[in-house]
Amino acid sequence: MIAPSPTGSGGPTRPILEIDRLKTHFFTRDGVVRAVDGVSCVLYPGETLGVVGESGCGKSITALSVLRLIARPGRIVEGDIRLAGRSLLAVSEAEMRMIRGNEISMIFQEPMTSLNPVLTVGRQIAETFILHQDLSRRAAHDKAVEMLRLVRIPEAERRVHDYPFQLSGGMRQRVMIAMALSCNPKVLLADEPTTALDVTIQAQILHLMLDLKERLGTAIILITHDLGVIAETAQRAVVMYAGRKVEEASVEVLFERPRHPYTLGLMKSVPRLDKAAYDAKRRRLAEIPGMVPALKKIPAGCIFEPRCAFAAERCRRETPPLEEHAPGHWSACWEQARVAASVAHG
Amino acid sequence: MTDATPAATEVDEHGSESVDLAGFVRRNPTVTLGSILLLAILLVAVFAPLLASGDPQALNPIQRLRPPSAEHWFGTDMYGRDVFTRTIHGSRISLVVGSLVALISVGFGLVIGLVAGYLRVVDGIVMRVMDGLMAIPDILLAIALMALFRASVTNVVIAVTVPQVPRVVRLVRAVVLTIRERPYIEAAQSIGTRFRRILTKHLLPNTIAPLIVQATYTGAAAVLTEAGLSFLGAGTPPNIPSWGNMMAEGRTYFQVAVWILLFPGMFLAITVLAVNLLGDGLRDALDPRLRRRL
Amino acid sequence: MANLQSDPGRPPLLAVSDLKKHFPVRRGIFGRTTGHIHAVDGVSFTLAHGETFGLVGESGCGKSTVGKTILRLIEPTAGDIVLDGVRITDAVESEMHPHRRKMQIVFQDPYSSLNPRMTAGDIVSEPLFNYGLASGKARNDQVRSLFVRVGLRPEDMRKYPHEFSGGQRQRLGIARALAVGPKLIVGDEPVSALDVSVQAQVINLMMDLQDAFGLSYIFIAHDLAVVEHISHRVAVMYLGKIVELTDKKSLFTTPLHPYTEALLAAVPIPEPKAKKRRVILAGDVPSPIRPPPGCRFHTRCPYAEEVCRRVEPPMQEVRPGHEVACHLRQPSTP
Repeated sequence: MIAPSPTGSGGPTRPILEIDRLKTHFFTRDGVVRAVDGVSCVLYPGETLGVVGESGCGKSITALSVLRLIARPGRIVEGDIRLAGRSLLAVSEAEMRMIRGNEISMIFQEPMTSLNPVLTVGRQIAETFILHQDLSRRAAHDKAVEMLRLVRIPEAERRVHDYPFQLSGGMRQRVMIAMALSCNPKVLLADEPTTALDVTIQAQILHLMLDLKERLGTAIILITHDLGVIAETAQRAVVMYAGRKVEEASVEVLFERPRHPYTLGLMKSVPRLDKAAYDAKRRRLAEIPGMVPALKKIPAGCIFEPRCAFAAERCRRETPPLEEHAPGHWSACWEQARVAASVAHG
Repeated sequence: MTDATPAATEVDEHGSESVDLAGFVRRNPTVTLGSILLLAILLVAVFAPLLASGDPQALNPIQRLRPPSAEHWFGTDMYGRDVFTRTIHGSRISLVVGSLVALISVGFGLVIGLVAGYLRVVDGIVMRVMDGLMAIPDILLAIALMALFRASVTNVVIAVTVPQVPRVVRLVRAVVLTIRERPYIEAAQSIGTRFRRILTKHLLPNTIAPLIVQATYTGAAAVLTEAGLSFLGAGTPPNIPSWGNMMAEGRTYFQVAVWILLFPGMFLAITVLAVNLLGDGLRDALDPRLRRRL
Repeated sequence: MANLQSDPGRPPLLAVSDLKKHFPVRRGIFGRTTGHIHAVDGVSFTLAHGETFGLVGESGCGKSTVGKTILRLIEPTAGDIVLDGVRITDAVESEMHPHRRKMQIVFQDPYSSLNPRMTAGDIVSEPLFNYGLASGKARNDQVRSLFVRVGLRPEDMRKYPHEFSGGQRQRLGIARALAVGPKLIVGDEPVSALDVSVQAQVINLMMDLQDAFGLSYIFIAHDLAVVEHISHRVAVMYLGKIVELTDKKSLFTTPLHPYTEALLAAVPIPEPKAKKRRVILAGDVPSPIRPPPGCRFHTRCPYAEEVCRRVEPPMQEVRPGHEVACHLRQPSTP
């Protein structure tokens, strides 16, 4: 079930992060919410993997599961997560704390609530150095200034004493990136890092992230609902729906010839600046009818079937497995051939 | 648009939530316990003459300072009066004062708070007056007011209500200030809803929940204040038994006849506990985010 | 001022001239006013019947304030608002009542824009009650038909807002706005808080309603692709002012203002092979309390010249139907 993929560079490379049939369930009073229900995924060193999906699809929970940050009533019930071959579910909490912020870092959507409002940004960045690299306060402070310069915050020596509320949204996100990258982690989990930012600031931040990735060699998992961001920054992408992975492919192939009705539906329902018609008659966007299902009542058969334009009889009865239908292109759909064909004909 | 825990945004199939008593008790133990205790005290107060058939004022000097026995369940006091009968009848005063104060202070506080919160012009003056009242400790204010009038239960209610009103006003005003900025208030304005209807249909229903909780706390505070006033001799007139004046009288006999002080004290503590439990439980139960669990 | 109207003979539904809104900044115990936030600083445009006017800009540019000020939910500091030929800028609340029928608003947040303690049916019928448009069974029927019109089930009338999904709540907000039969609906980021697939549903719904009822929209958003899809004309705002105003085709194919260029370049395109025109703006948006002198954009403009730092550029019609406020774009320049 693990999907290997072309790495671009010759020769087989070992993945830096493997998520193997992960299931994270939440045991609530109203029933079991299967937030992540059997997701497998592989990340290679230095690459950017995009995870696309709408709210409730489980993409954030997957990232939090990697860092073992799932609190009650949630629990990882099945599967494994391996960092450079080492199982993260088998290590102790103390060891996990040494991994967080050090080998795997995470940045979040809302920079204001992710930064401690009563500590200066310098203190917060220095904390990672003190904790993971055993530096003195002085040395850690200097490193913090260095990191602020790295993320291109002007007047870093002065800004290091600022509190989060004195910085703009874009700057706060840069601080978060500085914190996350300070110990040169192997993996960076970015959970909707630019969704709350203005589009011009978003462009700056994405540009910065990619630049740093080149320099530091960090592998990035970029979680977002914005297809444009995925197209621009990721090499491979995974599409998630209702706690499962429904499609995976390189970004070029995914956008050109999707093999899952949900992916196709998403792409057609987004208004496109590059495909604007400008004729007098405005067109309707292609809708995906219905809503995301409640994660407690999982039907038999394909989970997308009630909303699917390509649904066949088999889809109602049997859940389609995730299979490699084209080299490096995985999809969980009985009708994927029809989906791909429909795209070809425009 | 991330959620740390999955958001329950699905549509309920049936659209209604069935009543499940056992589940309710399990999910809201504080409300249940508080309600049961309070109900017990209430029944005691209502059925006092049936539970304690004697006359609470009946003097019986021969039987003075007797410890609890089969004949006098809670013993007798320094005048030979049955402590049990007096305790049971005393519950009436406490509950009457507690509930009246809660109702009246919430009533006044609601109106003043709504207007102060919504009309900036009125706000400044009203809040300065309220701040002034709150600066005086409530029992002192109550004593001062009682000093102006003769002792009676009515006057006790008034004296205990006045210090509580500013607290309610402050709460209501805070809630109104928060809600006033919500888009649905702006929406109401945009669809032509007039001022009075915005107050009654939009602001008021959203202040009810915290107000109910505040009412229970006010009731508890009122019971205690009344007891304190009576203890100090500034409250309920001594011929009417109240837990406060019973405890005052029992104070000097504390070392020889502790039961005179003990039983009214216990009942007082249980009543205040019950009201506080109810208030705490209601605060959690009425939290809109948890509403579906109710 | 040029008007692009479907029916040139008909006067515009809405005419906004030099609209300003300054919020006082109060400091100290006595609440002294130490400055003003120039949220909206001289905005002018017209809106024709049946037209969608898109208003784009990033956070803090004042676009939401413009929408709410037009509706008189916020009092304007200066300027004029003329709705259907009637000047409503200074109307007192009782005078505003009949005018409110003509203009409604749909808010961004589907959660806080509905009273959590009213049923869906009550929420939608409230405007009918306010204007005495129907009562009893007739009102009930109207609410039912409104529900159907926006794609909700009439059986759900008795449910409370928290029982609906985000997209459904937004539909409720639209139903409420439609109830009194307005001519203008201001959409204050109506789809920004919705999932992508739900966005498409609501955008389609709004377009269908416009065709059915001849509604005009002021569509306020920061998502350029959505604005492009739904609008006829578009204005770009920066720090309280409109910097460019034209029909959507001109704006998106031949933008004239450097800020518009930067905005368009910054939008990520869902096409991996697309060539990116990289004009990444440096810096952050300046403070609206002390806007930069001269052209407000000069601090971040890659083409800024001396005159830009000193003199504020006026809004000029540089090409037919295309207005822009930039010293480097003059009407004589081809």
